Formats: sequence, structure tokens, C-alpha cells
Amino acid sequence: MIDVRESIEQIISKYEKNSESLIPVLQDMQEIFHYLPEEGLRKVSKELKVPLQQVFSVATFYNAFSLTPKGKYIIQVCMGTACHLKGAQEILNELCIKLNVEEKEVTKDGLFSIETVRCLGCCSLAPVININGKTFGNLKPEKVGEIIDEYRKK
Amino acid sequence: MNTEKSSVLEKKDFKKILEELKLEGKKHLFPDKLKISVQSATCGKASGADEIYSTLENTLKDEDVILERVGCIGLCQQEPMVNVYVPGWKPVVYANLTPKIIEELAPQWLEGKFPEKNALGQLGPSYLDDMEGILKPVSGIKRIEDLGFFKKQLKIVLRNSGFINPLDIYEYVARGGFYSLYRVLHEYEPDQVIDDIIKSGLRGRGGGGFPTGVKWQSCRKAPGFPKYVICNADEGDPGAYMDRATLEGDPFGILEGMVIGAYAIGSNQGYIYVRAEYPLAVQTLHKAIKIAGEFGFLGKNIMGKDFSFDIKINRGGGAFVCGESTALMASIEGKVGEPRVKHIHTVVSGLREKPTVLNNVETWANVPRIIEMGVENYNKIGTKGSKGTKVFSLVGNVNNNGLVEVPMGITLREMIFNIGGGIPENKKFKAVQTGGPSGGCIPESLLDMPVDFDELIKVGSMMGSGGMIVMDEDTCMVDVARYFLSFLVEESCGKCTPCREGTYQLYKIVDRITRGEGREDDIELMEELAETIKDASLCALGKTAPNPVLTTLRYFKDEYIAHIKEKKCPAGVCKELITYFIIEDKCTACGMCKKNCPVGAIEGEKKVPHKIIQEKCTKCGICLSVCKFDAVVKK
Repeated sequence: MIDVRESIEQIISKYEKNSESLIPVLQDMQEIFHYLPEEGLRKVSKELKVPLQQVFSVATFYNAFSLTPKGKYIIQVCMGTACHLKGAQEILNELCIKLNVEEKEVTKDGLFSIETVRCLGCCSLAPVININGKTFGNLKPEKVGEIIDEYRKK
Repeated sequence: MNTEKSSVLEKKDFKKILEELKLEGKKHLFPDKLKISVQSATCGKASGADEIYSTLENTLKDEDVILERVGCIGLCQQEPMVNVYVPGWKPVVYANLTPKIIEELAPQWLEGKFPEKNALGQLGPSYLDDMEGILKPVSGIKRIEDLGFFKKQLKIVLRNSGFINPLDIYEYVARGGFYSLYRVLHEYEPDQVIDDIIKSGLRGRGGGGFPTGVKWQSCRKAPGFPKYVICNADEGDPGAYMDRATLEGDPFGILEGMVIGAYAIGSNQGYIYVRAEYPLAVQTLHKAIKIAGEFGFLGKNIMGKDFSFDIKINRGGGAFVCGESTALMASIEGKVGEPRVKHIHTVVSGLREKPTVLNNVETWANVPRIIEMGVENYNKIGTKGSKGTKVFSLVGNVNNNGLVEVPMGITLREMIFNIGGGIPENKKFKAVQTGGPSGGCIPESLLDMPVDFDELIKVGSMMGSGGMIVMDEDTCMVDVARYFLSFLVEESCGKCTPCREGTYQLYKIVDRITRGEGREDDIELMEELAETIKDASLCALGKTAPNPVLTTLRYFKDEYIAHIKEKKCPAGVCKELITYFIIEDKCTACGMCKKNCPVGAIEGEKKVPHKIIQEKCTKCGICLSVCKFDAVVKK
């Protein structure tokens, strides 16, 4: 288990202590914890001298941030135009059925969470999903199960 | 490399340094041994470039060869691709590779042979410069420039992408890089640079098409210091990835453009605001900035002159609205990305309320090339009001998916049918969507119009950042309008009411039409609402938000009417208006549909034709796609 206080201190120490560092600090925090813990937000507010209210508004404005924990594997389903045309919605439906969760939810075992994103920039391979940085292109709903099983085995 | 670099830099005469880097770069580009370059941009990686790379590593581990990674040459659909250079011969691009094919081809490359299998084409003059006449052509393999996909293209921004190692500064210089910066710093007054950019007719490639030089001039004249330079790499339009490919394939070109711009307006600090969804681009930029600094092209006393400029990288937070300049600046300041009213322009009061020039990736990448080729030559490319080239991501229902760079003024038909190779499976073309969520859908009757900033606006769309999404007859235009509206509803920052509430109401109307609940007066209501949103919204996101609805209404009204009056979706897309069923006579009871149905909505025993239970069916279409006997149909 990562020590929240210690890693937050580490993150903050990398940046100048002013309000312009707020977003980069939160981004690093999101990357490490897969969400923004309340303790972290309070600490950031104090250290960067940014009102907690502004920290909260930034944390809830940007899609990249989440206030609740995400799964170990974050499945991003691309909803770009090319993907939409080529069946992204079907891929998303199939994922939700296979994992028995809705978008933005985490599976009971904490392994997977599903989120939709606006274009991963791989439009020539539509429809596309991305799992923890690895991109899968030219997907078909039938193929989704195989990919999930592979990650389950890891 | 470090010792090499410092010995070069000690000379301080940057003209000589450039010549030396160029000489060395030529050796990197055309070495005296076999060189295999794996195209490893994000699109390449998603197609398996990493597997290709490791297979090559294994197969060639005992051989004296160079194995490297390069960006994407544009024909993303046929990735993974590699470029093979055998000393003395023109490099050949191989496409559609698999580890197995690599194992078969690599030994032949080692022997200096170029098998025709999987060969896409050999590189020609647009990549080889003065080596064109020196390297021998490979017989039996076409020239890249003669292939339909490349023939009508003219590469200025993308000329290095997929060819040079993006982080090899020697190779960048060998292709003419940093010579423009040298000239600007040594021969130009800042005003002369601005003058050239104004005369070149360069317009902002991020979508608005504002004259770049005029922007720079206003910023230079604006009182206040420091001044800032920003590169907008928050490429948020869905269906567009030109900037990602440029950032990953030729980052030095963007940096060089920014330094020239900074010199012109008198700025010492620049920012690149790049999408966090592009991790490889972020990583590449970080490395490129460090390398450029080490060589004296960034940082203090650039190229030995009394001019300093640094670049910082900010990662985006996944908010589409941050592509808008004032929202982007707010985001850099650590605030919520909300736009502000621009009665005072950002060139006067931008980042931290200081004069700021913001241009997008492609605009910056054009700058050094304009200085290099000269204003007159640049002016020869394009149309009267839109000079130069434009990069498009040509995607969707088109045979050749990929990135293309074409002179302004090319027709949509040439783009889609010559470069794009037409529509797959002999289906009919229906529309092409340009300009991202703020753009519009253009019908077949307008395919012969030239593509430039002004023409696209005339037909109700816009250039946008360069997404070009081709739609075939199976696309429902009402669904497309609903899709873009749902995007904009979610991405509206919420600051102004017309955009926040107006687009939501517009979405609700279009959504009910796709569900078969449209009302007779809905079209009129939408038109009225759309005009109000356009007139009253605060920023460009809201002002252009109704475009997808307005253009689909303008060109595809009959589809709306079919949804509203007949409760039918002519293209068979809108779920509430279609049903799937199995034709008994055609069903062989193979059980494939039953096995694959995710909700158990298909019943049937062996040898008995199957049936879909409509109450359970979620209309996912899997049964249709797995049936080998065309027994499943939708209506």
C-alpha cells in the first residue's frame, strides 16, 4: 500500500509552490492513486496555498480526475467520431455486459473500470480501446471477451 | 554522443555547426550498413509495431545492423510498417507486417535483397533530397509518390514524419532543420519575420484560420512584458490526430517554429499545452526539448545570439473546451478551463494577463518551412485566400485511412476517391464530416468544391483542425447529429447559459427523434434554438455547437422527416427504430448467433431454425455480424 502522505509530499516537492502547479500535481496524484484522495486534496490546498474550493473545482472540472478509486486496469473506450461510426457503442455495451458494470464503475474484484474518452487519436484503427496504456484497434464486440480474459489471467 | 556534441558546440560558429550536424545526419539517414526503421507512432504501436521491433531485435541480434524507431508515414491503415535501407539503394517501405513475415523477410534484407512481398513502395525525391539521384532505384517496387494515396499529397509539415528518427537532431538538420532559425536570428529583424509570415498568407491551422502574421504583429506591438508563446497541442476534435502524428514524428520542427515566433514577438518563455491522452507525444516532446537545449537551439543565447527562449510542457486535463485559447490559458494558470469574453484579445492580455501568441501545432510547424522555401514559393501553393497545405486525418468509411497533407484547394472528391481510394465494400458515399464537433456534414453534391478555409464555411462547415470523417450509406445523419451534440453537451464548460442549456435542449430534441418520438414541429424548433445558441454563446464552442444539426438539416432533411413522420431510420442505425430477425429458410441452425448473443435473446435447438426474442434483444448486432449464412437481417 502506498503511503498517501509521503507520496503526496514527494509529488509536491517536484513543483514550484504556487497555484500554477495545481493541475500537474493533481495529475501526478491521479496517476499514482488512480484517483484523488481527500487527504491529498487538503494537503495540496495547504501546500500550494490554493483555496480548497478552487482545488475541488479543478478536481471536478477536468475529465482526467476522479474522486473515487478506479480499477487496477482502466479500460478507456474511445468515443471519437470514427469509432462511433464503426461501432464504439457496441464495444462499450459488450464490455459493460461482460464485466457486469456500468460506465465509470469498478468491478467488484477491483480489477477493471470502464470509462469513455473523446478520441485516442488512432482513428485509422477504429473502433479502439486502451487498457492501461496499451491500445487495441479494429475491435469487434466478439473480441472483447478474449482481451478481458487475458487481463484477468495476469 | 555527448563528447561529439560538445566538440561541435565549442566552435560557436553555428553556420559551421549546422554543416557538421548535417553531414553527420546524412550518415544517420543513409548509413553504411543495413538500417531498419520501425514506424512506431501511437497508431503503429496499436497495430503491433512493438512486436515487430522485438522480432527484428531477435532475428538480427548477431548482425551488424541499425534498428530504430521512426514516426508514422501516414498510411496508418497498413501498419505495422518498416523502412528498409540497404546502402546504395533507395529505402523501401514494407507494410501490413506480422512477426512471421518479418522472420521471412529480414534474412533477405540482410543479403541486400528487396522481396516484393509486403513491399508498399520505395521512397522518392520528397524524402531523399539530393540523394535521389545517387541512390539506385529498386526494380519491381513502385515509388511511394506514385501510389494513389501519396500521389496528390504535398508534404511540408509531415515531410519528416515516418522518415527521420524523431529524436535524432542530426537527421532533422540533415533535412534542412534549424537553418531557418539560423537565418532568422542572423539576418532578420523581428519585424521582417512578421512581415514574411503576413505575406506568406499563413492562417491558423487550429480551425479559425486567423492570419498568423497579423496575430504576431498585434502581440509584438502590445505593451507589457513578459510576452508568451503557446503551442496548442490539445487536439480534442474526435476523429483528428494530425498533431499527435506531427508531435511524435517530427517534434523539432514545432520547436523551431516556436523559437522563430518567440524571436519575432519578443518572448522568452513558451508553453506547449498537450493532451495527456497522447503519452508518447508528451514523452517525445520532453526529450526533444532537452536535446534542442543541449545543442544550443533552445535556452540561453540561442545559436550564439543574444536571445533566450525556454519551453515548458503542460499536460491537458481531458477537457475539450481547453482547445479554446482563453480556456487553455486559464488551465495553464491552474484554473478551471473556462473561456472568457474576448473583448480584449489574448495578444494584448493572454496568459497571466500578458501579451500572448497562441498557435496550434501545425501552424508552428509551417513557420520554419516558410522561411526555408521563401514567401514567394509558399504563396504558389494553395488558393487565393488559403495558402500552403493542410494536414487531414482521413478516416471513417474510406479505403485508405490515414494522415494526408494536401495543397489547399484540392477537391473533396480527390481527397476521398483518389487519395482515400473510395468507399469500402462498394457502398455508396453519403457525407463527409469536417471541422470536428463544430463542423458540418457535406453531401455528395458538393464533393467537387475546393477545400479551403472560406469554401468550407460557405457550405456551413469549417476547416477545423483537419478531421475528415467519411460516412457511407449505412450512416444515419440524425444519429451523427445526436453524437456530436452529446459530445458538446458533455464538454460544454457550463459558464454561459446558451451553450450549457441550449445544446442540452437541442440534444434532447434530436435524441427523441432518434427514438421515434419526434414531433412534427421539432425541425422548426431546432432551427430556432440553433440560431439562438449561435448568436448568444460566449465562445467558439457554443457558437459553432449547432453546426452539426444545421448542416444535417440543410442537406439531409429527408432523414429527419423519415424519423419523425414514418418512425423509420433509413440507414438502420437508430436502435429504437429497428428490429433484428432471423429468416427461417436461410437459418442452418448452426448456433453461432445463440452462442454469441450476450443477453441470451436467441432460442433454438439443433436442426431447428433459431428465433430472436424481441423483448430481450438489446440490438447489439452481434448475431448479424457472426451469421455466416446471411440469415440475420435488420429492418
